[in-house]
Amino acid sequence: MTNQAPEYSSNQSRKKFNLLDIFTRFREVGIIVFILILVVAVTLRAPSFLTINNLTDVLMNISILVIVAMAQTMVILTKGIDLSVSSMIGLVSMMVAFVLRANPDFPVVFSVLLGLGLGAILGLFNALVITLGNVPPIIATLGTLSIYRGMIFYYSQGTWINSFELPQSIKFLSKGRVLGLPNLIYIALLIAIIVYLFLRYTRLGRNIYAVGSNPDAAEFAGIRPQRIKFIVYLLSGIISGFAAVLWISRFESAQTNTALGFELQTVTAAVVGGVSTSGGVGTIPGVLLGALLLGIIQNALTLIRISPFWQLAAQGLLIIIAVISDKLLSRRIVRTK
Amino acid sequence: MSNSILVLKEISKSFSGVEVLHQVDFDLKGGEIHALLGENGAGKSTLVKIITGFHQPSHGEIFLDDEAISFNDTRESRDTGIAAIYQELSLFPDLDVAENIFIGRQPLRKNGMVDWRKLYSESKHLLDSLGVEIDLRQKARNLSIAEQQMVEIARAFSINARILIMDEPTSSLTLNEVADLFRLVRNIRKNGTAIIFISHRLEELFEIADRVTVLRDGNYVGTKPINEVSRDDLIRMMVGRSISKQYPSVEATKAEVRLSVENLSRQGAFREISFEVRSGEILGLAGLVGAGRTDVANAIFGIKPAQEGTIKIEGEPVEISSPRQAMALGLAYVPEDRLQHGLISEMSITKNITLPRLEDFSNMSWLLTQKELNVAYDVALQMDVRALHIHQLAKELSGGNQQKVVLGKWLSTNPRVLILDEPTRGIDVGTKAAVYSLMAKLAEEGMAILLISSELPEILGMSDRIIVMREGYITGEFTREEATQEKVIMAATEDVRTRIQK
Repeated sequence: MTNQAPEYSSNQSRKKFNLLDIFTRFREVGIIVFILILVVAVTLRAPSFLTINNLTDVLMNISILVIVAMAQTMVILTKGIDLSVSSMIGLVSMMVAFVLRANPDFPVVFSVLLGLGLGAILGLFNALVITLGNVPPIIATLGTLSIYRGMIFYYSQGTWINSFELPQSIKFLSKGRVLGLPNLIYIALLIAIIVYLFLRYTRLGRNIYAVGSNPDAAEFAGIRPQRIKFIVYLLSGIISGFAAVLWISRFESAQTNTALGFELQTVTAAVVGGVSTSGGVGTIPGVLLGALLLGIIQNALTLIRISPFWQLAAQGLLIIIAVISDKLLSRRIVRTK
Repeated sequence: MSNSILVLKEISKSFSGVEVLHQVDFDLKGGEIHALLGENGAGKSTLVKIITGFHQPSHGEIFLDDEAISFNDTRESRDTGIAAIYQELSLFPDLDVAENIFIGRQPLRKNGMVDWRKLYSESKHLLDSLGVEIDLRQKARNLSIAEQQMVEIARAFSINARILIMDEPTSSLTLNEVADLFRLVRNIRKNGTAIIFISHRLEELFEIADRVTVLRDGNYVGTKPINEVSRDDLIRMMVGRSISKQYPSVEATKAEVRLSVENLSRQGAFREISFEVRSGEILGLAGLVGAGRTDVANAIFGIKPAQEGTIKIEGEPVEISSPRQAMALGLAYVPEDRLQHGLISEMSITKNITLPRLEDFSNMSWLLTQKELNVAYDVALQMDVRALHIHQLAKELSGGNQQKVVLGKWLSTNPRVLILDEPTRGIDVGTKAAVYSLMAKLAEEGMAILLISSELPEILGMSDRIIVMREGYITGEFTREEATQEKVIMAATEDVRTRIQK
């Protein structure tokens, strides 16, 4: 058995890796093709689609989605789901907005820190219920989805906070421009890059994939699956808290129905972007494209004057198509193997 | 062929490129009891699964009553009168005996309701004709294993099974129960039902079987009338090679005790387990499936810790409540179920190899991927992993190569004690040999190895000492010189009920 040289070497492997890469990234390629077709089709119907202003709008509209989808992706990678992100955003934005109304000179940095801290507390509660209470994530976060939403009503007594009650500085956080583009877009990109590097180049990131793919084998290898799950729900809370501050800045208000239903968009972006709901599979570039596709569809439907209710239907259709195409694709890989 | 009801001709079967059956012939005559014999992994179960339609042969033909036939699924096979009784019994625990016998085909009255009176009277008639005495209204969960088997046989008989396959039916029965079972089997044979009987207990075959077919490593060795062969003939046909050839001789000096456990117990799994493994020693842990061997390994590795007893590493009592602690103490555990516990199948070879020791490839939690890649490459090369490249996903490898990845991953943690749980299960002969020589080399370098295996020749061929477990107890301990297949099997099947009462 030693006379046959092993069929791989460091150099060779890198070359083959690239070929394989294209194949496994089929998902990304598929979304890009889909996006291009969509862009052409929409531009033919509504030429205003392909203008700098409109495209900036699209990016601006998906920025917060991208940020929260990063959190959702990490959670789904561990075979879980966090349905409470929307309520966390709602509750934290309401609380931060109350503070801002009372103290117009409250520094933006403190607002952000306050948002992160409040989000951490809410995420911590999810994490505890899921890991110590051993409650399935979908049930636990369905519970806190309602609890946190209920707390918004309790906290705000049904009132909401309007643009004129908020200081200019907080609005500038997302709307100030650098090189012609709003800050929010840069912030979203920055978060995406950080999460990308985190998942790809840190031990914790690697362990998230391992636990999601096979929690038993991960435990046999000395990883503590409960600890990893705890961390992703905590991170999800922190990122949602950050998103809440951006939400105030972007929409210049805090209402009882802030971000209502937003959790579904984050799950859709992740799943359309190729994150497997059975855990362990998915990439950040894929999720970015998934979010972009969602944003373009929403924008396009508005431009060609289709009712917003259809946007929900389109989103639903998209997630089903994505999952079916996944199944077909994986079946084909098995067959050609 | 004239009086054969079932004939298999040159059956071959491959799973993802690995051939597990190679041109196997088999024929079954009406009313005969035909034993199927072979070591673990010889291909008996695969052959049975082909007969029951669970697997489809890659090559070869099946004839039923001289007509070529192919089964697409188990239902088609059942409809032609083939019934199988597996080791894991399949009764519905909360239904009573009669309901179990008629499950799925209860007699109905005209209004479509179940005709309970008919169901019970027919069941009674059936059991009487078979000479079985079991209360018809007893719930299946209250029956002994032997009684449950009899109910299954009665059920198979009542649907006019012409061919009854019994997979190790006696493995968990007492001697009296075996006698009852054999009486029942002879009864149903009288009606022309043919029986395929799988057992590892050679004595039984001489008592019950008419003919015996032997398989070895997926090959057909031969079919003989039982009264023309001796026990030794059968063993030679099964093993087919002298044990010394297949297993490398280990020239290791036994040194200090690396791992010792004292009076380890966990409710419902194992009791009062004590043993020690020395540096350079291979300790075999034998026993039947379900004897509690894996539970003991899981306890030592901290996956399911024991409730009582002490574990000592190099003489020091230690507390192990997680695999992490076990690893820190220099333990490594290659688990029985490769896909469930050994590998992250969606991850690459590289990532699998480095998973237990990522801290060695990181600087403040930041991964040094080039270093990781280099080490994984070296390990894969050392273990002779055959793959396209080291980024290939673990799930795309053959069983043997997957096992090499798992072994490599654990050896690269530089353990002082290595626990191997069924290290050669489901891998090809070539890889098996490689695993054996690796074990020999490790022992010579001073590794303490605990080898759990259900393959007797493997245990006998590789171990310096052998301990045998049965239903959670240690029922035998032998040195390499003392140990024989018979002694180990005897200990592995010893009736421990008297102990439990104690």
